Amino acid sequence: MIANQFLVLAAALFSLGVYGLLVRRNVVLVLLSVELMLAAVNINLVVFEAMLVTPDAVGQVFALFVIAIAAAEVGIGLAIVLMIFRNRQSANIDELDLLRW
Amino acid sequence: MDLLVLAAAEVPRAGDGGFWAETAGIMLVSPIVAFLAIIAAGKRLKYQGAEIAIGALALNLVWATVLFVQNMTEGVLHEVTFVIGNVGSGLSFELGWVVDGLSIMMYFLVSLVGLLVFIYAVGYMHGDRRVTWFFAAFSLFAGAMFILVGAPNLIQLIIGWEGVGLASYLLIGFYWEDHENVNAGNKAFMTNKVADIGLILGAILVGVSLGSFSFSDIDVASTAQDPALAGVAVVGGLLLFLGAMGKSAQFPFHIWLPDAMAGPTPVSALMHAATMVTAGIYLMARMFPFYQELAFDIRPWMVAIGAITLFAMGLLALVADDIKKVLAYSTVSQLGYMMTAVAAGGYTAGVFHLFTHAFFKALLFLGAGSVIHAVHSNNMSDMGGLRKFMPTTYTTFVIGSLALAGILPLAGFWSKDEILATLDYEGYTAVMWIAILGAFVTAFYMARAVALTFHGTYKGHGHPHESPRSMTVPLVALAVPSVLVGFLNIPGVQWPGIANFTDWLAVRVVAMGDHHPEGVDLFLAGAGLVAALAGIALGWVIFSPDRDTQRHRDRVEIPLLYPLLRRTYYIDDAALGIVRGTKGPLARTVDWVNTYVIDGIVNGVAAFSLLLGRFVYGGLDQRGIDGFFNGLSAVTDAAGGGVRRLQTGRVQQYAVSFIIGALVLVIVFIVSR
Repeated sequence: MIANQFLVLAAALFSLGVYGLLVRRNVVLVLLSVELMLAAVNINLVVFEAMLVTPDAVGQVFALFVIAIAAAEVGIGLAIVLMIFRNRQSANIDELDLLRW
Repeated sequence: MDLLVLAAAEVPRAGDGGFWAETAGIMLVSPIVAFLAIIAAGKRLKYQGAEIAIGALALNLVWATVLFVQNMTEGVLHEVTFVIGNVGSGLSFELGWVVDGLSIMMYFLVSLVGLLVFIYAVGYMHGDRRVTWFFAAFSLFAGAMFILVGAPNLIQLIIGWEGVGLASYLLIGFYWEDHENVNAGNKAFMTNKVADIGLILGAILVGVSLGSFSFSDIDVASTAQDPALAGVAVVGGLLLFLGAMGKSAQFPFHIWLPDAMAGPTPVSALMHAATMVTAGIYLMARMFPFYQELAFDIRPWMVAIGAITLFAMGLLALVADDIKKVLAYSTVSQLGYMMTAVAAGGYTAGVFHLFTHAFFKALLFLGAGSVIHAVHSNNMSDMGGLRKFMPTTYTTFVIGSLALAGILPLAGFWSKDEILATLDYEGYTAVMWIAILGAFVTAFYMARAVALTFHGTYKGHGHPHESPRSMTVPLVALAVPSVLVGFLNIPGVQWPGIANFTDWLAVRVVAMGDHHPEGVDLFLAGAGLVAALAGIALGWVIFSPDRDTQRHRDRVEIPLLYPLLRRTYYIDDAALGIVRGTKGPLARTVDWVNTYVIDGIVNGVAAFSLLLGRFVYGGLDQRGIDGFFNGLSAVTDAAGGGVRRLQTGRVQQYAVSFIIGALVLVIVFIVSR
């Protein structure tokens, strides 16, 4: 099996995630970008697991953990976004600079 | 401990006293502890602190009695010293206690007489002002005397000496509500201070020349004719003698003692018998080898002073109306006897007279106190006929008077005879006749005092009555030794089992060169006795009450002599004149020095300190230290202000820096592979 095609896919996915994280104004889309980055990492984990001489499913288990944690993180993140939107009628990340000097 | 070797070689019967000598220091401490305890808690006790004072002295009496008996039977010699610190140039400051014949005798005397006087004072001071304070000061008085007689060196002796002086000052001026009493206290203190200069200078001179203040070292060096000590012997001896003259009221320093009557009578009794005035004689006895071997050149002068004191002061007792003044002048006269004897080379004679005199003089003072307690007056013109009202006081007072006059076989006879024998042996024949004449005078004034006080009719007010038991019991207790102690030292008589007085005094000191007569010199004893009997007879003839009228005369006004004696030879006036004459100029000089020299120095120091303070505050503190810390905080503040601008609050900026950092790490990893 050739790994390159999967790794290229993961790298492209991760770069898209970084791009979205840095340039998007909408908080929901920023969170989505983070999910993209996590998905890229999961692909990497599974691919490298499959390439081992004696596969033992550790990569898959790790990927499952990442999915679980990501689900929790998105749950909390969207809840916060919802509260901010209710208070300010906006989800623009540039306006959320209260935690500064 | 050279001394032990020497003394043991000389006197084979000296023991070390064992436990009792090892712990004899308790006697030096307990009255001082009592003093503090009475001040702290005396007021709350039933007898207002008297029980503490009596308890302390009773404890001391136990120790003193055991040591006394040990010394009589086997001899005791022990010395304990603790080095407190170094004074420099090889001299050290030591405290401790000496247990030897002389000090044991003094321990015994002070604790026995002191205890009886304390008990007496409970009755005498009953209902008086400041009883607690009285017993506190009284304990201090006794304690200072114990420190003095226990001293192994001159330094501790001076400590005790000054302590005694302080306590006597407090007690003489005890009734300080009357200005006169305060003056008497001041007079005693200042007269003593003048003499104390001699003591301190003498102690420094002797101690520094020899390199040691210890009496053992001084004694041994004196016996060995140490050249360092011999060089200062005359000057040092004179200075120490000056100190002894002050404390022991030798002419012309006697002026404080009659005025010291201002204190309560128990104070006078203790002061005249056991403590205070005996200190000077004790110092002379302690330093006896020094005077015997090195400073013998000044001895004739010392004998002369003693002779003047014993005779001239005895005459003054003849004209006094105050019964305590009679006894006071009598004490001065008897101290003259002791000083004459010790100075002439009669160590045993002088100390033995000190020993016997303590008992009957304490007895006489307590008897006088009992009388004063009954009639509320010191003057014999307010007394008379008290024989019927106060039989116990009368009997004991007469015993004391006979003992003082030197009637066979009472204590005073034997000690006075010993003094006469010593003077005869040492070749001071003229002084011996003066002493015999003095014995006549002594008997004369005591006969007058007894006749005026106890015989004839009562001339005072109210109804006198016998004193309470706490006062009469000490009188009786003192009358017994007044009769008996003379037998301890009968020339030529050796009691079985106990050594002679001479021997137990001689335990410590090696080359005493002291003469003790082999047998009673019948001529001298007879002369002394005849003089005493003649004195009593003449006194009785002149002053006894008329058989019919029961009145008596209290004075015989001999022209010239009587006014001279009444004015006490104008010595007090002369002393006052000297003080008045020098006081003004001296005060002005001191004032000038104070204003211009001392104030100038003080102001200069103050101005310099001010400048220094200003510099330290303005220059050093404000600019230097504060500047440093202010600068430090300013830098920190600026740095913080710069760095906090990074905290923008924009999540995406943080993400950018986070990703840049991650990339840098990746590059570093790749490059460093």
